[in-house]
Amino acid sequence: MTSIKFSKEELERYSRHLIIPEFNIEGQRRLKGAKVLVVGSGGLGSPVLLYLTAAGVGTIGIIDFDVVDETNLQRQVLFTVDDIGKPKSTSAINRLKGLNPHVRFIEHNTRLTSDNALEILSEYDIVADGTDNFPTRYLVNDASVILQKPNVYASIFRFEGQVSVFNYTDKDGNTGPNYRDLFPTPPPPGLVPSCAEGGVLGVLPGIIGSLQANEVIKVITGIGEPLNGRLFLFDALTFETRTLKVHKDPEQPQIVKLIDYEIFCGLGGQDEEAVDVKEVTVQELENLKDRGSDFQLIDVREPYEYEIANLSGTLIPLAEIEQHVDQIASDKQVVVHCRSGVRSAQAIQTLEKSFGFTNLYNLKGGILAYAEEIDNSLAKY
Amino acid sequence: MARIIIPTPLRKFTNNQSTIEVEAIDIRESIDALSSLYPDLKKQLLDDTGEIRKFVRIYLGDEDIKVLNNERTPVTDDAVISIVPAIAGGLA
Repeated sequence: MTSIKFSKEELERYSRHLIIPEFNIEGQRRLKGAKVLVVGSGGLGSPVLLYLTAAGVGTIGIIDFDVVDETNLQRQVLFTVDDIGKPKSTSAINRLKGLNPHVRFIEHNTRLTSDNALEILSEYDIVADGTDNFPTRYLVNDASVILQKPNVYASIFRFEGQVSVFNYTDKDGNTGPNYRDLFPTPPPPGLVPSCAEGGVLGVLPGIIGSLQANEVIKVITGIGEPLNGRLFLFDALTFETRTLKVHKDPEQPQIVKLIDYEIFCGLGGQDEEAVDVKEVTVQELENLKDRGSDFQLIDVREPYEYEIANLSGTLIPLAEIEQHVDQIASDKQVVVHCRSGVRSAQAIQTLEKSFGFTNLYNLKGGILAYAEEIDNSLAKY
Repeated sequence: MARIIIPTPLRKFTNNQSTIEVEAIDIRESIDALSSLYPDLKKQLLDDTGEIRKFVRIYLGDEDIKVLNNERTPVTDDAVISIVPAIAGGLA
């Protein structure tokens, strides 16, 4: 580690670290020598990347396949309006280079998959997981376990955050629990909404991502006690915080290879066929309207979503669909829609199975697709 | 009365109540009491055979009930029970 040297500019930049007795130049050397992969540069990735860059982590990899859009700016503080439409990984690196020119950035403008995960992760010492979906969570976990890398985990939903350090090997060589020890299997699709469906308080990823960055720095420098074997919970509404113990689960099979995580999480594969319902495109819906066809439009979203944007459909939230089945026509074409087409497909399945409807059509892509292709004045959310 | 802390994703099933107090001698009774108060919550917590779902963990204080006596872990009057579900948000 003593081979890592600092320029005068770096010594001045990091001086507030160097004068902390427990941290000092040795901690700073460890940061400079470290390679961290941040998975996802969104809500959590933004504060993680900003703080790790400012702190002087030597090499930072960013993996994200997405582009910046307007709905990101409520919480993804890495980006500005000028970045809308640009790849997140590129925009992030442009911003971060301005923050600290002494850091080397590696861009992975791609989706993390079972095919590339081991190769990408193998280049790094530590992974910081800030993704937004269960398949990638399990993929990051399993790849970290196979490659024996610590996985600094954080996750958020609405007002609630979770932080932990998984797969951490301590000074005695003992490796702590991983994500599968805590949650052996993911929830079935649709049971736990994503942030895109469920929403998130904009400042929450700032709080939780900062804690995640703190754990990354602790793991790199070896100061303090990382959240190994513990799960930190934060509720922004009640300001209740808890730190719970996480144990290794002896019943969990050893992770030896990566699998198809979409299928593992009940997405794609056979399960996709299970939600096979008749569909209409937004253009076909528009044609029905233009022709003055006799059809009914049902909106299965929540009232607060209806207020953001609507197509003047009859509002019956998914959870109430069976109670209000009498409002749904059985003698003409009925188009059912939601935000993106998932909930409306569920509604149709329920109605077909329990009530024998045969005249229901799912609006493919939901109101989002309608706003994209037909009516630009509708707000996308 | 034991206090059960309801996590954000499940509060829509408890009329947005963040904590629920129940009278129970063990975890199983606590979950059953909670389920009878809020029947819609039941299917989120328990599978068809009545087992606690694998993406939900139940804690008594700071300890996972699986390393205590599972559902038969005794509950005292001042107990704090946490329901901890898997959440996946971060990027979106």
